[in-house]
Amino acid sequence: MNKKSAFAAAAAMSFLATNVAYADPQAEVLHWWTSGGEARSVAVLQEEFASRGGTWTDMPVAGGGGDAAMTALRARVLSGNAPTAVQLKGPAIQEWYEEGVLADISSVAEAQGWADVLPASIANHMMCEGTWCAAPVNVHRIDWIWANAGILSANGIEMPTTWAEFNAAAEQLQAAGITPLAHGGQAWQDATVFEAVALGIGGPEFFQKAFVELDEEALTSDTMVAIFDQMRIMRGFVDENFSGRDWNLATAMVMNGEAAFQIMGDWAKGEFLAAGLVPGEDFLCMSTPGEGFLYNVDSFAMFDVDGQDNIDGQTLLAELIVGENFQHTFNLNKGSIPARTDIALDDFDSCAHTSAADMAASTESGSLLPSYAHGMALRGAQSGAITDVVTAHFNSDMSSADAVSQLVAAVANSQ
Amino acid sequence: MSEWLERHIPKIVMAPSFVAIMIFVYGFIGWTAWVSLTRSRLLPKYEVEGFFQYGRLFAAPRWDTAMNNLFIFGTLFILISMVLGLLIAILLDQKIRTEGVLRTVYLYPMALSMIVTGTAWKWILNPGLGIESVVQGWGFENFEFDWLVNPDYAIYTVVIAGVWQASGFVMALFLAGLRSVDQEIIKAAQVDGIPTRRIYSAIIIPSMAPIFLSAFIVLSHLAIKSFDLVIALTGGGPGYATDLPATYMYAMAFSRGDIGQAASSAMIMMLVVFTIVVPYLYSELRAKND
Repeated sequence: MNKKSAFAAAAAMSFLATNVAYADPQAEVLHWWTSGGEARSVAVLQEEFASRGGTWTDMPVAGGGGDAAMTALRARVLSGNAPTAVQLKGPAIQEWYEEGVLADISSVAEAQGWADVLPASIANHMMCEGTWCAAPVNVHRIDWIWANAGILSANGIEMPTTWAEFNAAAEQLQAAGITPLAHGGQAWQDATVFEAVALGIGGPEFFQKAFVELDEEALTSDTMVAIFDQMRIMRGFVDENFSGRDWNLATAMVMNGEAAFQIMGDWAKGEFLAAGLVPGEDFLCMSTPGEGFLYNVDSFAMFDVDGQDNIDGQTLLAELIVGENFQHTFNLNKGSIPARTDIALDDFDSCAHTSAADMAASTESGSLLPSYAHGMALRGAQSGAITDVVTAHFNSDMSSADAVSQLVAAVANSQ
Repeated sequence: MSEWLERHIPKIVMAPSFVAIMIFVYGFIGWTAWVSLTRSRLLPKYEVEGFFQYGRLFAAPRWDTAMNNLFIFGTLFILISMVLGLLIAILLDQKIRTEGVLRTVYLYPMALSMIVTGTAWKWILNPGLGIESVVQGWGFENFEFDWLVNPDYAIYTVVIAGVWQASGFVMALFLAGLRSVDQEIIKAAQVDGIPTRRIYSAIIIPSMAPIFLSAFIVLSHLAIKSFDLVIALTGGGPGYATDLPATYMYAMAFSRGDIGQAASSAMIMMLVVFTIVVPYLYSELRAKND
């Protein structure tokens, strides 16, 4: 009898517990925003979630640029216990969808009218076979060129608008004893410069064909050879000590006047601003020579969860992520621009204004393109194969023709 | 009951670890072999497709580089560590006064993790911070030592750091071996007027053959599984010039979501280990049975 009553009590308790939980949206969020500014940005979301009555279970997994978090996610999904929301981006969202583990959040997306406020090509990344399965957080622009304003004016150089101008300016600076290009020799940084060059020389249409559709004709074209030629020229503009340097140290070289330019996404702006420098006065920001806009959109993919409390949590989370308040505060902290196009940018700096204006313009002209180097255009195996060739070419004396033939082979081998 | 227990207790005590090893070592080797035959990408899939992952692997120039690097690094690392270790051991064996202190000095690098070794050597070998800039600062303007950032030589910097770390340990092994040689034989040889050099080359070193074998086995598995040293020292760069099979596997499995490819590279790594370890085990087992 005793046992029985204990069992009954336990059952009642658990019933109570679920009852309480029903009233309370739950969300477990897996992300790797653990560094200072990023952690502050996530805390904004966390507070907002709590103020709407939700219980947020934080699951930050630092390390390896998300590799560690992806390993944790794999383990969770395989054990049938996926988190509510996971920081994922680009084609990785569709890759997880194909594993059959993503949820459909179309109801909240339609209720909030996401389709009207997000640029179409960015909205596409958030859709899995016609249903919404992820919520975008921000837009980082990749094809930025940053410059030390003092060095440029002292040498009478304007911001370059073509790659020929860039080369001429770099040679002039080199003659004056200044490192023209601050760069860190890590594979992803090589790839970042490469895609900026590819977009500039090939143009948006070529970029779309080569790095989104992996069209063999584009990959083997003379344009691709010309792009590798320009990379070889760029190799001459970095200092001899660049191997393995972290990107923020390269940014510091521009700040300290050791180098003139850096080609890097707009997270570099955070470094300049943290050092108390003013855009337009101490440092300059401009899109890299050529037309187009390469974006890197962080987003949260929503995983299939059980229980009404978890589904409520997921819905609330999705609503808040795309909500105006979070989009504004988060991006102000992180240096990116909101994915929503209807946010007032009065508090943002001039580089963010340029970025937002260019995003609107390139949406119109169809040149708003996903970054291949940051995993927005291709799946991991394919973009990795291209990066292998790019970094091998940049760090050796491989000829451009060899690089192109290796590129084609690597892409074919990665399918 | 107690007699039964007495007879079976060793088996009972060993059983859990036996089961654990069967599952977590051999079970997972089998699992990896299976996955290496599938098209697994993000998550493991279990439909066997044949050996096409191995075809992809051998077609990848990066894997070629990784295997070449393993060969260069493994050979030089094992050879130099053994020669240097033996040399230091012989010098320390000359009944010198501060042997205890010197032995500790040479052994201490082994106490550091590979990450620390790699980071320290990264700074020492960095042309802008380390040896090159110091020597140039002394006035030798033409001195160049940029191996770390030169894709053709970067793998040799990994050898330098690895040898620095491991040769003290090899020295300790050899020193113990030198001490275990029967002193009577050495005295007899000295009485016969045989020069010290000959005593070492004809008597002491040949009698240490088992130590050479152990040192070789320890060093070769260190070389094959070497991962943290490369990550800390060069990060696999410049480009992927210092990639090793272990870093290749990591990149495929954890950065690129290409589990099938990673599994096939892991299987090849295991085969390399087997080609070294199996002859060793075979000779060991046969010696015991004799």
